[in-house]
Amino acid sequence: MISWSNFVSQLFNGLALGALLALISSGLTIIYGTLGVLNLAHGAMFMLGGYAGYVAYEASGSFIVAVIAGTLFLGIVGVLMERVVIRHFYSRPHEDQLLVTFGLAIVYVEGVRFIFSSLSKTVPPPPLFTGITSLGFMVYPTYRLAVVGIVAVALLALFLVLYRTRLGMIVRAGIEDSVMVDSLGINVDRVFMVVFGIGAMAAGFAGIVNAPVVSLTPDVGEAILVQTFVVVVIGGVGSFTGAVLGGLIAGEIISITSMFNPGYAYVMLFAAMTLVLLVRPQGLLGTRGRE
Amino acid sequence: MMRTQRPGRVELLTAIGLVLVPLILPYLGSAPNTVNRILVWGLFGIGFDILFGYTGLLSFGQSALYGTGGFVAAYLLTRAGFPYVWLALIIGMVAAAVVGYLVGLIALRRTGIYFAMITVAIAEVFYFVEFNPLSEWTGGENGLPGVPTPSLYLGFTTIHFTSGWSLYPFLAACYFIGIVVALRIVRSPVGAIFRAIRENPLRAAAVGHNIHAYKLAAFVIAAAYAGLAGGLLGVLQAFMPPEAFTFDTSGQLVIQTAIGGRGTLFGPLLGAAVWLFLQDFLQATLGLGAAWKLVLGLVFVLLVVFLRHGIIGGFVDLYRFVKRRKAPVEPREAAPSPGVADEQAAHAVAAKTAHAQPARRLHHAASDYTGPILQATGLTKHYGGVIANADIDFTVNAGELRGIIGPNGAGKSTFFKMLTCEVPPTSGKIVFEGRDITGMSVTDVCQLGLTKSYQVNQLFNRLTVRENVVIAALAELRGKFKLDMLGSVASIPGLDEQVSSTLALVNLTRRRDTPVSELAYGEKRRLEVGLALASSPALLLLDEPLAGMSPVERGETVKLLKSIAQGRTMIIIDHDMDALFELAERVTVLQEGRVLVEGTPDEIKRNAKVQEAYLGGVHGVIDVDEALA
Repeated sequence: MISWSNFVSQLFNGLALGALLALISSGLTIIYGTLGVLNLAHGAMFMLGGYAGYVAYEASGSFIVAVIAGTLFLGIVGVLMERVVIRHFYSRPHEDQLLVTFGLAIVYVEGVRFIFSSLSKTVPPPPLFTGITSLGFMVYPTYRLAVVGIVAVALLALFLVLYRTRLGMIVRAGIEDSVMVDSLGINVDRVFMVVFGIGAMAAGFAGIVNAPVVSLTPDVGEAILVQTFVVVVIGGVGSFTGAVLGGLIAGEIISITSMFNPGYAYVMLFAAMTLVLLVRPQGLLGTRGRE
Repeated sequence: MMRTQRPGRVELLTAIGLVLVPLILPYLGSAPNTVNRILVWGLFGIGFDILFGYTGLLSFGQSALYGTGGFVAAYLLTRAGFPYVWLALIIGMVAAAVVGYLVGLIALRRTGIYFAMITVAIAEVFYFVEFNPLSEWTGGENGLPGVPTPSLYLGFTTIHFTSGWSLYPFLAACYFIGIVVALRIVRSPVGAIFRAIRENPLRAAAVGHNIHAYKLAAFVIAAAYAGLAGGLLGVLQAFMPPEAFTFDTSGQLVIQTAIGGRGTLFGPLLGAAVWLFLQDFLQATLGLGAAWKLVLGLVFVLLVVFLRHGIIGGFVDLYRFVKRRKAPVEPREAAPSPGVADEQAAHAVAAKTAHAQPARRLHHAASDYTGPILQATGLTKHYGGVIANADIDFTVNAGELRGIIGPNGAGKSTFFKMLTCEVPPTSGKIVFEGRDITGMSVTDVCQLGLTKSYQVNQLFNRLTVRENVVIAALAELRGKFKLDMLGSVASIPGLDEQVSSTLALVNLTRRRDTPVSELAYGEKRRLEVGLALASSPALLLLDEPLAGMSPVERGETVKLLKSIAQGRTMIIIDHDMDALFELAERVTVLQEGRVLVEGTPDEIKRNAKVQEAYLGGVHGVIDVDEALA
């Protein structure tokens, strides 16, 4: 029943899903690490990215335009959201931040449902990546292979921004101690805005890249958000590499379990999370005391 | 506000309200089914409010427990053919509590946002388990239809609760019992500790409460309420829907609680009423269709932004505002005037309690113990490559008042943290009253009679002065964990006495009912010492009790410390040398993580090494008193 090629193809599925989760989770985790806000609207923003891309695709017929539009639109949404709402919540308790981002998630999801209805929308993969590719021992949908590459490039770009630029250095310093960064004369306020924008763009980019794989519905972000949480708990909060590692682990667990019985995918994911919590509560690559 | 009312008044008003509802609401055109659903959500929310509003733990996974209770009860009543509805509901509730205990064990390994994320993930697992592996028992996506309604046999007749207004009395009775029990929990010592955990978990643990066990208790309580409410949902709809397990269920509960007002017990009921009536109104009357949720989402965001404590909180704030405008002249007697009479009275009480202490002495035997009360040997702490403390040997005799001085960065606070077991030493051993306490928890050490007041105030900010002291005293009188959930705080023997004497000792008797957030800095400092004192420690550590005080406040506090010192062993860290040399019998000087020298104040003042440490390479005789003044 389970053939070798089936197994390898599930491994690839896991890789594609894992790469996407890694990208979304790194957005979530750098926002949390820098701003101290857990963005419960992150899944909804992933969904928004998909819909923004869908609209751009319908208008232009170009997948590239859709990706750029979806990403930029989410950048704008992120910056506006930070300036108008989130900014006022830095000094309020974590619970209030959770409540307000949760409320915004509902507004995004229901807003999209209001405009586009609950019916699913599809964005076809770009012509370059349609069809299937033969890997010698098996065939695999070309676009899914491409997703791995596209997301890997995006992750690399994010890595370069975080680890090779002045802004990235400030962000990483902010994750360790934002008060100290502020007192060094760096305008943390503006950095926060930019970080929120980048995190939102990561989610939006993932949203549109994922759109040809799974059709779009307003609820597509909810499941992703839960998986992202597990990724962050496994990888460790505030850790970019942790998010990547956690994402790949979660992606593979979901895919491989689904091969045997999809109903147990979450159970296995949860078991992995529990194991990490028992053995290493701060996450695989997390730092103790960063909460 | 609720606590000052006469006992039983809230309960009576609730009962009257529940009786009036079916007499009034039908004329306003509200559907009985909506009212019944509000009651189920309200009951679900009572437990959640104890967890979130009182204990400060925001769970996004209550659906798991709601669904568990619901499906266990519904399974018994439909598939298993179990005939007793009441008993099935209770079994469902117990099942949810047991599951809640297990879930809590995992979720409570982390706090804050981690806790929220883990609860979401766990609830998602339950959802998938219900749909897949357990679908044979739960009906999968079809749920369990045919849940029967309860009836009550009275001997001469049987009342059948069926649906609509006929079912209402049954649900109202369940809600009433739920609220009565919750009110008792909230007013019990356990409830007080829940609030302390919400305000400052670190301090709640440091005064001697096993906060992990209390958090777990709050989680299990919330689970039990969720389980019962889940069972009632099945009864209400004559069908147990799989949607009970969805994230939307957890989300709606959170929203309703936040809208109504958290930390009020009635908030979730009010929130549910707002949510469900608005839903009916938007959908049916305005014909908005599916857009109702968008409107409610916007309303919710605006509420969170502008009305921090929900509708009930908003009314409370409005009430206070109006009250204040009506009476602009505040009764000044409550002001912190260190009047002569006040001070004399306080000192009289202080003197009395100081004498009374040895006779009253609780389990912390102070003066029985002679010889070294505390012995630290080879105490070392490394932070990565930084050596905070190196090889410190330190002995304090019972009844002594020891001072510790040292330049900034000498490792004084780290040393204290190791002594109270807040941080484990890298190596070395700490013996307190002949017992090795190395590696114990800060809670256990406090229970043994060793505690400290913090350098930076660690208070329970939204509680009153008296409530703060009560929290600390409870740990000493009840031990680190006790589930007297249904008893009242007032009934703890010796509590009032201990709280009053502590308040008198730190001169805060007149401010007892003031919230901490409204205290002046000096008062907060005294309360900080009071929290440590309230657990009647045999050995009290004070980390910079004089820091940030005005000269007048310093004078008063030195007096206070002198009166506290009677019958106690104390170690004080401070930078105010004059005060410390006046207070302490012996002084230890730390420098760069090591003991530089130890001796009487006079010896320390004349010591060349100390002068060098403070003034850096100045040789010759200098009057330290003057140089450091």
